[in-house]
Amino acid sequence: MDFHASFALVAPELLLTAAGLVLLLVSAWGGDKLARPIAILAAAALFGAGIMLIPGLHFGVDGPDTFAFGTLLKVDSFALFAKALIFLAAIACLMVAPAFFNSEAAGSEKGLRAEYSVLVLFAVLGMSIMVSASDFLTLYMGLELNSLAAYVLAAILRQDQRSAEAGLKYFVLGALASGILLYGISLLYGFTGATDFRSVRAALEGDLSTGQLFGLIFVMSGLAFKIAAVPFHMWTPDVYEGAPTPVTAFFSTAPKVAAVALTARVVFEVFGGQVDAWQQIVMFAALASIVFGALGAIGQENLKRLLAYSSINNIGFILLGLAVADVAGASAMLVYLFIYVAMSLGSFVALLMLRDEDGNLYEKFADIRGLAVTQPGIAWCLLFLMFSLAGIPPLLGFYSKFVVFQATVEAGLVAFAAIAIAASVIGAFYYIKFVKVMFFDEPAGVVTGKSGNAHWVLLALTALIISPLGYLLTPSITDLADKAASALFVIP
Amino acid sequence: MEFPILTVMMLVPLAGALACLFSGAGAARSIALASTLATFGLGILLWTNYEVGGAQWQFQESYDLFAGFSYTLGIDGIALMLIMLSVFLMPICILASWDAIQKRVGEYMAAFLFMEVLMIGTFAAQDLFLFYIFFEAGLIPMYLIIGVWGGDNRIYASYKFFLYTLLGSVLMLVAMFWMAAEAGTSYIPTLMEYPFPGGAQTWLWLAFFASFAVKVPMWPFHTWLPDAHVQAPTAGSVILAGVLLKLGGYGFIRFSLPMFPEASADFAWFVFVLSMVAVVYTSLVALVQADMKKLIAYSSVAHMAIVTVGLFAFNIQGLEGAMLIMLSHGLVSGALFLCVGVIYDRLHTREIERYGGLSINMPYYALFFLLFTMASIGLPGTSGFVGEFLSLAGIYQTSSLVALICTTGIILGAAYMLYLYRRVAFGDQKNEDAASMGDIRPREWAMMAPIAAVVLWMGVYPESFLAPMRADIAALDAQIAAAAPASDAELEAGPPRKETANAVTYDAEGHH
Repeated sequence: MDFHASFALVAPELLLTAAGLVLLLVSAWGGDKLARPIAILAAAALFGAGIMLIPGLHFGVDGPDTFAFGTLLKVDSFALFAKALIFLAAIACLMVAPAFFNSEAAGSEKGLRAEYSVLVLFAVLGMSIMVSASDFLTLYMGLELNSLAAYVLAAILRQDQRSAEAGLKYFVLGALASGILLYGISLLYGFTGATDFRSVRAALEGDLSTGQLFGLIFVMSGLAFKIAAVPFHMWTPDVYEGAPTPVTAFFSTAPKVAAVALTARVVFEVFGGQVDAWQQIVMFAALASIVFGALGAIGQENLKRLLAYSSINNIGFILLGLAVADVAGASAMLVYLFIYVAMSLGSFVALLMLRDEDGNLYEKFADIRGLAVTQPGIAWCLLFLMFSLAGIPPLLGFYSKFVVFQATVEAGLVAFAAIAIAASVIGAFYYIKFVKVMFFDEPAGVVTGKSGNAHWVLLALTALIISPLGYLLTPSITDLADKAASALFVIP
Repeated sequence: MEFPILTVMMLVPLAGALACLFSGAGAARSIALASTLATFGLGILLWTNYEVGGAQWQFQESYDLFAGFSYTLGIDGIALMLIMLSVFLMPICILASWDAIQKRVGEYMAAFLFMEVLMIGTFAAQDLFLFYIFFEAGLIPMYLIIGVWGGDNRIYASYKFFLYTLLGSVLMLVAMFWMAAEAGTSYIPTLMEYPFPGGAQTWLWLAFFASFAVKVPMWPFHTWLPDAHVQAPTAGSVILAGVLLKLGGYGFIRFSLPMFPEASADFAWFVFVLSMVAVVYTSLVALVQADMKKLIAYSSVAHMAIVTVGLFAFNIQGLEGAMLIMLSHGLVSGALFLCVGVIYDRLHTREIERYGGLSINMPYYALFFLLFTMASIGLPGTSGFVGEFLSLAGIYQTSSLVALICTTGIILGAAYMLYLYRRVAFGDQKNEDAASMGDIRPREWAMMAPIAAVVLWMGVYPESFLAPMRADIAALDAQIAAAAPASDAELEAGPPRKETANAVTYDAEGHH
């Protein structure tokens, strides 16, 4: 394996690393007054790294040519698809951050910190490694690089008690999950003698031994924590509520994509020969996430908490695609991820726009009563986003559920699909509550703050994607997702 | 015909909806009226260009726009008639909301125009999933119409409407996935002829029934309807009763019957029992209502029960009758809601007791109200008679018991409608304010007169409406005839006589 080819494959990661290190130095010497240029440069680096993905995404790459550095990394279409989504989401989160941190919403620590953008860059680098990992060691390295940056991001408002609490909670529980994952990896290593996915898969052929099964279950549990699937979801509402809203927007998009992609890669590339062993686990987690995510959201008054439960609910549908365990299911899962990122990003951008003149955010249902009268633009976009999240046609959210359920039924899991789809009606209840509060109630809120162009552009863009016009995107998205999903099933 | 008329019929109201969203109250009203009238004009063009006795599916369009399903449109006579009903009622709805809606007019008109797009799309869709998208998307505008512009208890009603219908529909979606996977296509005309295996038909039929029974609505899934009707603004009730309920009947005739004929036959008695209960029970409930809209809402359930009975009678009269009742009920119940709306706009109450003697101060109003009341009862010469007569004649061939019980619906219908009319229009003028109400204005004339004309036209010469549907109904009947349930009207052949019928028996002894 020549290093030239390997370096060419990881060019986006190299760019992100270089940008991260240089910007770190700049922020160390330049301080917070350079925060804005640093944010712009970080976004530019992400954009540049994203551009590098286009040829591979377009033509589709899989097979042995995609391995870099031996078998440590595998840069196939699947990794490229996930990376593209991660980079886009991260750019959006960088765009909305300055307005939040430069307003009263940041409390006593007003002002965007220079290291915020650097941390986002490193987190994205970690995710980028995660999704192309082809060895448990690179997997763990990427995961921790991402997680450590994320813990700091959650606690970036050091004086704010909620933010600090969120950071600590995320760290303690995240460390626990990493421990569980590592334990699983060590068991698998002990019982198979390898850490790279190909060799582990080969060693797992035939009947699983008890040790191997334990390894599988521990790995799956660790991953379930990272994607916030029930029963490992308890940290999500607290962290989402406590973290500063731009950070929450980031958490609910980019790391989710990375963790889901990682999970998919592990189950197909490592445990692909042992579908029976993990399919039930994923099916249970999927149904439980749909039901608990929906039930948990019903009583919430805090909008960020509600969206946290909504993300748990959505993970359930994503896992539904995973549980199908074939190319169609994986492709459906990727389409769902794309649409979910657009919806989730749009919802959080809209939340960031609900503020008073000083920039303090409104986070309660009571504050957005009658928003349709006071801020019709935001209200209509939120209406579309909420109906889309509920999966009501003709919005694109329906298409995401459509592909997932179609894959499920085509694989013969009809009863499973019927239960899941009936449970999705529970979810509709709280999404339409959003609409009820904004449109049916008398105006009470005082949403008066002006939002910057970046917010409006992002909100309009996401609303456009999830509007019926988004269906025109479906042929190309499905095409990309099919290429990415089939790359996952090519066993070199 | 090269001109993509169905797509244009959807684009016109869609453009109108977007324009309304960004205009002021006055402009929005005019835009909405203009675009609905333009769509109605296109509808007339559609009807006149529809070739009776021509190909089964006409005006077909297909564009490869989406992944997973296709944008395929096309109509047969049944869809044509229901599209005509929708585009005919729509301008009337806009007129009905002209003065009644004063807040957020642009959004209101946009919601109605969007609704029109979806209704045309539902009837014209030839792809299973495209149909589902249009069918289900109607929830959003209707939820907003009830919730934003509805009465006092609108929030409860809007939630109930939304969740009830959503729960009904999602199971149908799972069934659709299964069907598309089994048949390898989601093209409806192909699916209509695909022989689904018997065991699967039962489950598929039940899944579709869950959706359509809620939409129709059949007893006991009807409880969302009175709430939704009472709370919705007048035009919302008109469109709900006029078109949205027909989606359920259309679903039965387009999906359940042709695609799962054996399961339909197996479940025919299940449908009959629910319908018989609905006819008797909801008619009795209607008799004791104090709220006019609630009374008409319950009467809708009773009338729609005769539709379902006709559909599952498995013969041509039943099917034709069901289609005609759907058209007639769309017009008549819509008109009755308009009649309620006219006096509600003046007095802001729907309580029957507050009115009385309206024929004195509002003679023309009383005249229209009388006509629609009679049409609702099913007086010969009005549209209601033709449909109910055919439908009951159809069911009589299958089961005389069902026919007997469902016919009481006509008597009970006369009871509650005449009782309503007597209390509102005849008698003494009980209240000052009710007595001082002025007669209908030109705008209200423009709403009522066209409906009255069509009601009489359909009652006197139903052939105009039956002709486009005849071939499609005959084809459907031929398709499902093999599965028809046992009928009690067919003469049972006894053992043949030994001698000829006019044989005279002679006594051997010869004495008498």
